[in-house]
This record gives sequence, structure tokens and C-alpha cells, in this order.
Amino acid sequence: MDLKINGADHQVDVPDNMPLLWVVRDVIGLTGTKFGCGIAQCGACTVHLDGVAVRSCQLPVGAVGGRAITTIEGVGATPAGAKIQKAWLDLEVIQCGYCQPGQVMSAAALLAANPQPDDEAIDAAMAGNLCRCGTYVRIREGIKHAARA
Amino acid sequence: MPLAPDLSRRAILQGGGALVAGLLVAIELPWAAARADEPEPTGKRFNAFIHVAPDNTVTFTLPAVEMGQGAFTSQTQCLAEELDVALDKVMTVPAPPDQANYGSPALIVQATGGSTTTMAWSGPLRKAGATARAMLVAAAAARWQVDPASLTTENGVITHAPSGRTIAYGAVADAASRLTPPKDVPLKDPAHFRLIGKPVHRIDTPDKVTGKTVYGIDVMLPGMKFATLMASPVLGGKVGSVDQAQAMTVPGVRQVVVLDDLVAVVADNTWAAMQGLNALAIEWAPGSNAGLDQAQLWAGLEKAAQGPGVTAKKEGDAPAKLKDGTLFEQSYELPYLAHAPMEMTNCVVHVHDGGCEVWTGTQVPGFAQAGAAKALGIPPEKVTIHNHMIGGGFGRRLEVDGVVKATRIAAHVDGPLKVIWSREEDIRQQLYRPLYNEHLKARVENGRITALHHRVTGGSVMARWLPVAFTNGVDSDAVEGAVDVPYAIGNRLVEYIRHESAVPVAFWRGVGPNGSIFSVECFIDLIARKTGSDPLDFRRAHLEKNPRALGVLNLVAEKAGWGTPAPPSPHGARRGRGIALMNAFGSFLAAIADVAVNDTGDVRVTRLVIAADVGQVVNPDTLEAQIQGGATFGLSTVLFDKITFAGGKVEQGNFNDYRILRIDEMPVIEAHVVPSKENMGGIGEPGTVVTQPAVANAVYAATGVQLTRMPIDRALIAKGA
Ligand code: FES
Ligand code: FES
Repeated sequence: MDLKINGADHQVDVPDNMPLLWVVRDVIGLTGTKFGCGIAQCGACTVHLDGVAVRSCQLPVGAVGGRAITTIEGVGATPAGAKIQKAWLDLEVIQCGYCQPGQVMSAAALLAANPQPDDEAIDAAMAGNLCRCGTYVRIREGIKHAARA
Repeated sequence: MPLAPDLSRRAILQGGGALVAGLLVAIELPWAAARADEPEPTGKRFNAFIHVAPDNTVTFTLPAVEMGQGAFTSQTQCLAEELDVALDKVMTVPAPPDQANYGSPALIVQATGGSTTTMAWSGPLRKAGATARAMLVAAAAARWQVDPASLTTENGVITHAPSGRTIAYGAVADAASRLTPPKDVPLKDPAHFRLIGKPVHRIDTPDKVTGKTVYGIDVMLPGMKFATLMASPVLGGKVGSVDQAQAMTVPGVRQVVVLDDLVAVVADNTWAAMQGLNALAIEWAPGSNAGLDQAQLWAGLEKAAQGPGVTAKKEGDAPAKLKDGTLFEQSYELPYLAHAPMEMTNCVVHVHDGGCEVWTGTQVPGFAQAGAAKALGIPPEKVTIHNHMIGGGFGRRLEVDGVVKATRIAAHVDGPLKVIWSREEDIRQQLYRPLYNEHLKARVENGRITALHHRVTGGSVMARWLPVAFTNGVDSDAVEGAVDVPYAIGNRLVEYIRHESAVPVAFWRGVGPNGSIFSVECFIDLIARKTGSDPLDFRRAHLEKNPRALGVLNLVAEKAGWGTPAPPSPHGARRGRGIALMNAFGSFLAAIADVAVNDTGDVRVTRLVIAADVGQVVNPDTLEAQIQGGATFGLSTVLFDKITFAGGKVEQGNFNDYRILRIDEMPVIEAHVVPSKENMGGIGEPGTVVTQPAVANAVYAATGVQLTRMPIDRALIAKGA
């Protein structure tokens, strides 16, 4: 099976029903994308398919098709991703950081689709991303900070 | 490390104030092999914490681990401040298991926890930095034949101003490291701090934002296999029989490991291992806990709480005073809780050549080493621990059950093995915050509490984790918030009753004060409202001897606008404002929460204001982040969380039934910090502690119902309930 991840082509020999999360982490070795729940509850596994945020723990790799996959390792190459990453560091959003690849991917997809998101749009885009360390206050500020950049 | 003989139980864990300050002074700096008489071949290690390379790279070995709380940055600030190096020139590595060099001055063992890092380590690390700097300066002075006092240092460069000569640390590191470390090097005057007290950027976050950071779960080794496991769903049960046939047909599955209490599937990737585990037919032998359920656990605790207990604190004669007069009495009950860090339990183990290597994120590297060694029956020296960034600790990584289980599995597998717990396994197979029953009784005279009896009943973490701190039958952590109430009351009796059930218990963010302070603060509100007093005024009336507590209380009242009603909210017609105060971990915090309660009893916290006096601060930005994060953790706790048992099994399993607050449920959080020159206090946990009673008291104000068993029970506050 051929996958396009962060602009590079990868050939993998895996069953169609294997979730993209485990292909990316265990087979390809891009471990930035995280496992948090496995049931679409936490968002730690968020990646982009053609720029749209999806939960990779729920996505059978066979359903990806020719769509371009972007992970946390590659999102900095997109304008929205770079802005979010910079805002995250400017405001020191991150604590343990384990949820943050997913937070950054969700926030970058939001910002790309909606360059000036209000609180409601932020809630809608980010409510699927849990943070046990409790960085939500700064995630909200971070998205607004990135939108101003 | 010698343990000060008179160190109180409380100070061992909590380190509040003067006791720990005294202990720190007594600590000898651990010097690694860098004496003149036994130079290291490379000769540039100055002490257990500092290494300077010829290319001027400075490496700090940090005793406290990073799990999100900012410890790597704050420790580095302390070392770099005194050594006079720039933060971007510094590399950091976590300390290996080495009790002699890295045993915590506050926790005795080599551990990171209890909000103790800053108070335990800032002194020793500053001293280490200052001493290494003095040695570098002495080496340069000897080379130039000048008076060391004529030299200055900045950003890793030594300057002799009169002659205009400069030299980098790396060039004199070898000579300097062979000098005998001087004693009693003076520390910098705080007026000259460049780093301490400044909101410097964190050193760990640039790699975290790009996905580069390697947490334990991200470790990849050549030839590594992946496993997942299931332990007996019934507490303490055993494996009966296992039919592996189906599992072995799953593509990628290599091996099934059956131990007496758990089964693991080894595969080419985690997904295959999970599929294999699902395909196993396992018969469990549930054992004696098969009938255990939550009602029974609550009842057992309540029965034990009838007392009498062991005295933890006695002032005046509370029992005599509580015989008559205007009396109030109430019990509060706190549930079992799971830590549920976002990085679930995991561990990579490679057993080979009579030894073993472990890759994991642990708050207790020495315990991890000992645990793996014991599992294999080999000496601890044969176990190497590679410590990693931790994706959230909250007490979970103070336990090494994960390391031990992974090692037991890996012992049956060739090559390195990564064992990952599913979220369900992580929530169901861990050690929990103890179930607590807190019984309080008070007498009120002329608007003041004149006698207070507080009896804490629960399982003891301390008795297992740090037996030396469990003396005379009292768990110092469990009673801390009861012993150290900020209020002047006069007659007080605090008792402790240890009551163990089959459920294993562990430290959990906020530790003992989560229960004891919650109970005191709810009880104070109960009395205030029953006596027609304002909850703020009622607290103030007991604080004449405690200016720091009064200070944060007044500040939070002013900032939150106490006395005005909580504003209207679309989330519910019933609105309330609640207040709480705490003194623990050497810090003082007060919180005011606004809530809205709808007709079905759903509670929305709409605003949270916190005032904090934590003494001197190493990094004010991290401090604010910890208050925000700790408070958010406390919101999930009070609003949603409990672990309950039925048929001996944990009933919750994932984030759908063990809820963590989401961003769209978040209140505004405002943190106000009082500038302070007092001794450093801890801040990892207080936000969690103070938020819970503030919310419960706001719900009480909104509904007129005081809930006494946590978390908030919607049925009891639904309209017309
Ligand atoms: S791991 Fe995919 S949503 Fe949690
Ligand atoms: S930063 Fe730790 S879980 Fe979000």
C-alpha cells in the first residue's frame, strides 16, 4: 500500500483494517502522533487528511486512498501549522505535551479553515481534544494569538 | 542521605516551610568522582549535576523528572543562574537511579512528587552551580596568575577586566574539575538574578510542539516487538485457562505470554497485539474479591470511621468542649480516583545477558530499577534505567507496577519488548486515590468555631510507599489538611484511622489535602450558612493570626467581586458563588467559583478566580500554568470523577465514562499571585485541592443542598429532587 506522509512516499505492507495511527507509529516510526484512548474520545491521535483533522485511531489505513497525510512532524511546513506551533511556544501552552500533537493538529486545521475563529468556533474544533494537564486556558489564547500573527 | 532525626512526618512529604529549609542546609552536596585525588579520565564533571565539555557544552543532570510541571526548566534556571551560563547553551539529562546523589531532600527517596521539587532542590542546585563556577574561576586565575576576585563571569566566559583577557569555561574545565571543591561558596544576591524569578521560556517545549520528544511510549529499538496485556479484571484474580488458537492466527501475532495473574500478546505492532488479545479466550479464576462492590466498600469505610482513631494533632480539649453547646456534625466522602494521564502506562524492556534494560518515564528511577531486578531475581546493578519524558504523572509514575509487569512479560520474550496498556487496562489496573471518610464535629460560640474534631479514615499510601513516614499509626499525608488548618480555633483534635480494603491505593495529584481540605472547607460553609454568616466573613473571623491566609482570601474576594451575585448563565437558572481557602505544600491559596445549575442537576462552572501566595518563585509563568492546570484537574475531579467497583471489577474504562473536562466546558480561570519573600512552597497540586471545595460550596449556594459524597451527584440537585 502506498501512503503519502508529510510529502514523502511510503510503501507499507499492512492489513487494510489497521488504524492509520498504528501504521504511522509502529510501522513507519513517526511517533509524534499519540495513542490516548483508541475510541475517538481524546484526539491525541489527530492527523490531517488533505488538511482536514481526523482521528487516526479510527481510520482504517485502507480508507486513506490517495489523500495526503500530515502529522505533527510535518505540520510546521504549512502556514497555519507554523503559526500554531509558534504561538504554542510564545505562550508556553504545553505542559507534559502528550496531548499537544493532537491539539496542534486540530488547531492548525481550524486556523487554516477559519483564520479568525471566535470562542464558539474554538470550542467546536477543539472539544474533541482532551488535556489532562489542563492547558485549555492557554490553548484558547494560543489560537487567538496565532490568528493575530 | 542522612535523615534528620527530628524531622516530622509531615515535613518529610510536604516540606512546609522552616523544617525543610533547615534540612536543606544540613545536606552535603554530593560530589561525583571529580576530586583531585581521583580525576575522571575526561576530567570535566564537576559534581553530580554539572558537566562542562571542552566545546563549552554544559550538561546538567537533573534530579527531578519532567512530567509537564516545568521541573527541567526551573532546575536549569537554578543551576545556570549560579554557574553563569546561558540557557540555550545547556543540555539536560534526567538523573539515573542513584540514591546517594539524587535522593530528594524532601522525600528521602529519589522521587519527584508532592509538589516538592522547587523547595527541595533549588538550594542544592544553586550551591552546585556556584561551587562549579568558583572552581572554573580559580582555574582561570591560576592560569593567568591573577586574583580570582578580579575575575567576572557571564554566559560561560571568564573575563579579567584589567587586562582585557577572556577565556571560555570549556578551556579551563579540565583543570577546574581537578581542584578540590571549595566549601561554603556564597550564593548570588537575588538582586542580581538573571534567571531565577523570571518567566523564562521552557527548555522542553520546542521538541514537544514538533512531535520530536521521545516519551517512554515512543521508544523504538531495532528488533523490538510490541505487546499489550490484560490482567485479571477481578481484583487479585488469577488466570484459569487460556485458549490461544484464534489469537495465533491474527497476522503479526508472535507469541502469547501467560503468567499467573495476566496474559500478554506479543506481535509485530501494537495493533496486531491488541487484535490478538481480543481473540484470546481467557477463563479467569476470580478469587475472593468476586463479590466486592462499591456499596460494600463505602459501608466498610463508614463502619471503620466510627473510631476511635489515633491522635494526629491535639490542641486544648476538643472532646470536652464538644459535649454541649451549639454543635455541628457532618461526614464527607471522597471516591477512589484514577490518575488517567494522557500517556497510559507503558514500558520497554530488554532482558539479556543476565541483566536487563528498561526504557520508561518514571518519577522513581530507583524503585523502577529495584522492581525490575526483583522481578528477574537479579541484583539492581544489572538493571539499567533509561528515563524518559513523562506524558503526565499526577502520582501514577510514583508507582512501578507497570515496569514490573512489563519485565515479567519481557523475561519470556527474545529481544526488546514494548508493552503498552490499553486505556481500559490503564484505568482498571492501577492504584487509586484512597476512598476517604472525613468526619467533622464543631462547636460554635459567638460566631466562632471554638472546638473542632476531625477524623480522617482511609487507606494509607504512606504506610506502603514510605513506611518511615508512617509512624504511630498516622498517615502524615492523609491528615495534613486537617492538622494544618489556617484557622485559629483553640480546641482541636485530629484523628486518623487506617482502613484498608482490597483496593490498592496511591498518591494522586493533591494527595491527602484533596480530602482533608475539601472536608474542612465544605464544613466551614455548612456552619456559616446554618448560622446565617457570610462564608467569607466567617472565615476571616478565624484568621487574625494568619496574615498570609487572610491575604489570599481578601485578594480573591476583591478580584472575584464577592458580595455580588454570580452573573446569569445560559447553563442554568440556579446560580451560586463559592469560596475556599487552603494552606498546604507550603503554599496559601484561595479560590472563588461561580456555577450555574440546570434543572437536571448539570453543573457548569462559569468562572474561577484563584489567589496564591507560594513564597519565592523560580518561574512565574510556570507557576501560573500550574495554577491553571491544577485547577482544571480539580474541576474534572469534583464534577465527574469516581472509580467504582462491581463484582470485584472497576466499572469505568475510558474517557467516555471517566470524564476529563473538555475545552467547551471550561470556565474563565483568573490566577492572581501575591509577591512574596517567604520560603518557597509547592504549586503542582494546590490548584487541584482548592478548586474542588470552591465548586462544591458554589453548588451549595446555588441549590441550598450540600453534597457530601463526591463527585457531584446530579440526581440530588435536579430541580425538585
Ligand atoms: S487515540 Fe484516537 S481519539 Fe483518542
Ligand atoms: S499537556 Fe499534558 S495532557 Fe495536555
